[in-house]
Amino acid sequence: MSTEHGNPGQEDAPEDRDEESGGQAIFVARGLTKVYRVGEVEVHALRGVDVELYKGEFMVLLGASGSGKSTLLNILGGLDTPTDGTVRFDDIDLTGASESELTEYRRHAVGFVFQFYNLIPSLTARENVSIVTEIARNPMTPEEALEMVNLGPRMDHFPAQLSGGEQQRVAIARAIAKRPEVLLCDEPTGALDSKTGVHVLEALARVNEEYGTATAVITHNASIADMADRVLFMSDGRISGERRNETRKPPSEISW
Amino acid sequence: MRALDRKRWRELWQMRSQAAAIAMIIASGVATYIISLSTLDSLTLTQSNYYQAYRFAEVFAGLKRAPLSLAERVRDIEGVREAEARVKAQINVEVPGFGDPVTGLLVSLPDDRVPLLNQLHQVRGRTPASDRPWEVVINEAFADAQDLAPGDTIIGIINGRREDLAIVGVALSPEFIYQIRPGDIFPDYERYAIMWMGYRGLSVAYDMDGAFNDLVLTLEPGARAEAVIERLDALLEPYGGQGAYTREDQLSHRYITQEIVSLEAMAKIFPVIFLAFAAFLINFVTNRLIRAERDQIGVLKAFGYDNLTVGLHYVSVILIIVLAGAVVGIGFGAWAARGLTGIYIEFFRFPRLDYVLRADVLLTGVLVTLGAGLAGTLHAFHSAVRLSPAEAMRPDTPLVYRQSLVERLFGHAFLDQPSRMILRHIGRAPLKSALTVLGVALSTGLVMSGNFQEDAVDYMMWSHFNLAAREDVTVTFNELAGNEAEYELAALPGVLQAEGMRAVPVRFRYGNRSYRSAIQGFRPDAELHRLVDTSLQPVPPPPEGLLLTSYLGEEILGVRPGDTVTVEVLTGRRPVIDLPVAGFVEEYIGISGYMELATLNRLMRDGHVLTGSFLAIDPADQARVFDELMRRPGVGAIAQRSQSIASFYESFAETILVFTFVNTLLAATIAFGAVYNSARIALAERSRELASLRVLGFTRAEIAYILIGELMLLVIVGVGFGFLVGRGICALFAEAISSDIYRVPLVLEPSTYAFGAAVVLGSGLISSAVIKRRLDTLDLVAVLKTTE
Repeated sequence: MSTEHGNPGQEDAPEDRDEESGGQAIFVARGLTKVYRVGEVEVHALRGVDVELYKGEFMVLLGASGSGKSTLLNILGGLDTPTDGTVRFDDIDLTGASESELTEYRRHAVGFVFQFYNLIPSLTARENVSIVTEIARNPMTPEEALEMVNLGPRMDHFPAQLSGGEQQRVAIARAIAKRPEVLLCDEPTGALDSKTGVHVLEALARVNEEYGTATAVITHNASIADMADRVLFMSDGRISGERRNETRKPPSEISW
Repeated sequence: MRALDRKRWRELWQMRSQAAAIAMIIASGVATYIISLSTLDSLTLTQSNYYQAYRFAEVFAGLKRAPLSLAERVRDIEGVREAEARVKAQINVEVPGFGDPVTGLLVSLPDDRVPLLNQLHQVRGRTPASDRPWEVVINEAFADAQDLAPGDTIIGIINGRREDLAIVGVALSPEFIYQIRPGDIFPDYERYAIMWMGYRGLSVAYDMDGAFNDLVLTLEPGARAEAVIERLDALLEPYGGQGAYTREDQLSHRYITQEIVSLEAMAKIFPVIFLAFAAFLINFVTNRLIRAERDQIGVLKAFGYDNLTVGLHYVSVILIIVLAGAVVGIGFGAWAARGLTGIYIEFFRFPRLDYVLRADVLLTGVLVTLGAGLAGTLHAFHSAVRLSPAEAMRPDTPLVYRQSLVERLFGHAFLDQPSRMILRHIGRAPLKSALTVLGVALSTGLVMSGNFQEDAVDYMMWSHFNLAAREDVTVTFNELAGNEAEYELAALPGVLQAEGMRAVPVRFRYGNRSYRSAIQGFRPDAELHRLVDTSLQPVPPPPEGLLLTSYLGEEILGVRPGDTVTVEVLTGRRPVIDLPVAGFVEEYIGISGYMELATLNRLMRDGHVLTGSFLAIDPADQARVFDELMRRPGVGAIAQRSQSIASFYESFAETILVFTFVNTLLAATIAFGAVYNSARIALAERSRELASLRVLGFTRAEIAYILIGELMLLVIVGVGFGFLVGRGICALFAEAISSDIYRVPLVLEPSTYAFGAAVVLGSGLISSAVIKRRLDTLDLVAVLKTTE
């Protein structure tokens, strides 16, 4: 188990790390800031964040609640726009992208998994997946995607008939069915107990390994960091540290 | 089926009760619109087709007596197309087995051809044979009321002689769609007969052989009626002409037109209010419905659905609800309108019904509601897509709450915590609360306006017959009679009191406005038939000058007390007199000018004469009095107050009240839909908050109080405003349907307020019960787990 602030390496120039890893960066974010208003309060969610995500990498973004990690993930996923700074995904400048370019990007390139699953309650597991495969370019079948997360037998159940872990696995199936280049997961196990959470993490690890999908998981649960290639620490709207795991722990060995 | 389509149908099914409530509002709005407009269109079309098919005349003239040869000279007047000379005779009729006096109007038919104008629509039997003088055709309304058929015989008293009249046919005529006996204000089909008889027979019996006393004409296209009338009046003057007039002053046409105008007023006000209100509600409801879908919009967008696709998805949901409502509304509206037109057609006895539902009416009804639904949807959708998906998926940021006014004024101790929450929640979204209150207020007002007509009609009847026309019987003489006629009537056994009066047909002129009516002369000490001023206090006719019905003075002529109006007398020497207006009297039914009897007689310069008398009679002696009256040849018509009231309620009121009932029903439907939707949306918006309170240890009753308390508070405030709104709608309505025939007073009984309040509060309570049940089964964990 790692400590929360294991390696305070945030001063390193990004280019150095790029060379170090030898991988190709999918995401390159520079100087991201985000200020938004909640009621009458101004919240500085991001205060100048530089970050990359590499092809095939499994990254965990670790931080306490309110550290800005969800905001960062939303910006990477094209769900939100930064107040300042730039994000590039491959050749696309997400910060300058139009509404329709962002839609295209979300439709084909990114898969999302949310803490509260955000399944559509009126659709079955299969239909919740097909709502995405119907508009994707080269998707798996909903059945394949659900098999991938071991939910084949529960395919025709409605969200209300599934447990939390099962719902989250549907959400993962939905996210991977389009064969995205990157999978962004916001506290995927946040609402789950350890045992169910492990099943969800196994599904994520399997997708990452089998399809080479770059995966970023944000969590406040430090145990999960052990299954990542790389761990970024976030606090108070900044990257406060980075750690590389020499070996990735299989999810089955993780518990909390 | 695509997943998005499945989502749509399943969610529609899930929200079916709410969707049904919305559809109901739409249906009611569209139905009212269609009912009013298509009834109006159908009635107008039926009337004009009837007039055309049976060649209804355009100019009418009565005279004392002129040789038939004069008719040729009438035809020569420039602008006259066709002219028909006729004999008309007002007679008393006895129907075997029927005790009450019956008055009949005999109209001659050409012996050897069909009439050029005012042709008959033969319902049963045949026309009179030219060689059998005492055959008559009677009008259908009278035939039905008295159960008379071809083959039956009635007795006519013509020139003092009793003659058996053989009924050979039953017919309708465009000239007598509305049949009102002189002296009556409402039709009484049982006691007033229109009869047609061959010219030869009638002219001989009525001493009109080779002559005529009535003329009807049509005009060349483009001819000016005024010019024709001027020349016609000059031509007829030596023959006792009573002044020619156009359709506008023809009694039957005037009444039916007025009826249509009233309907038109209803057709303009009611559906516009209904439709506008339905539109407002739909906008409001769809807006809040879509707002509640904010997170799902966010999810769909997060997965790469574009705004257009997501937008169309929600638009299609609303579209389905609105169209379903519109289809039901059109179906019900067309059905009810057909039924209602049927009632009118029967009431007016048109020979056939020409039902029409114009495509533009249909389209407008649908488009307005559809537009409102779409506007509400798009407005809400726009604010949802404007947010980034990340924001849309986050729960609404807490809105800024403030201490409520009550708290600030009275301090915290005054209210418990849940009550404070209610007040703060209302204050937090004042616009939303205001819209709910407005919706409730409009609902209350609409329900009240449905009931109002009944109140107004009751009051109109009550004040007319209890304050002013208190006589039991009105007798109209055939000819001018001296004062002795009054004494003679007063002396009849059973007659308690007789009050002579004189009515003189006149045309009032002021500036370029004119109106054909009558001046009635009463004694200053009259007790039976009185005049009442605008505050409903009895006033005697002034010794000098003229009293006018306030509607005649203010609305039609535009005069003020002290002004001088020109009076063209349309009978006798036909003098033209300038008279000062002494004041106005309040009358809800009919329109007239009034003077002191002696003053009127002095102006007319034909001695102390009367044209009729009001009688008070002992009810026990009624039959005897009628017997005596009918025996007198000088008595032309006998009208009974009780019969007037009864026939009004039987016929006239029925049509209004059916309309009213339909409107009330639809208004109540809208009211329920509005309140129920507000309640359901409030529940959806706040179940998370309320579940949290349950977790904190609040009881079911306490959380129900927070939600239902707010709902009922808004409903009660809304009902309060609704009373004002209702009064406003009724005032608008009363103003619009007021006419020279009757004016609808703005009278709202406490029961109308109570009914409006009851319907809306009842809707509130039913909705509360539904909410309570839902709150009781609130799944605390599930609600708290979801982000919304």
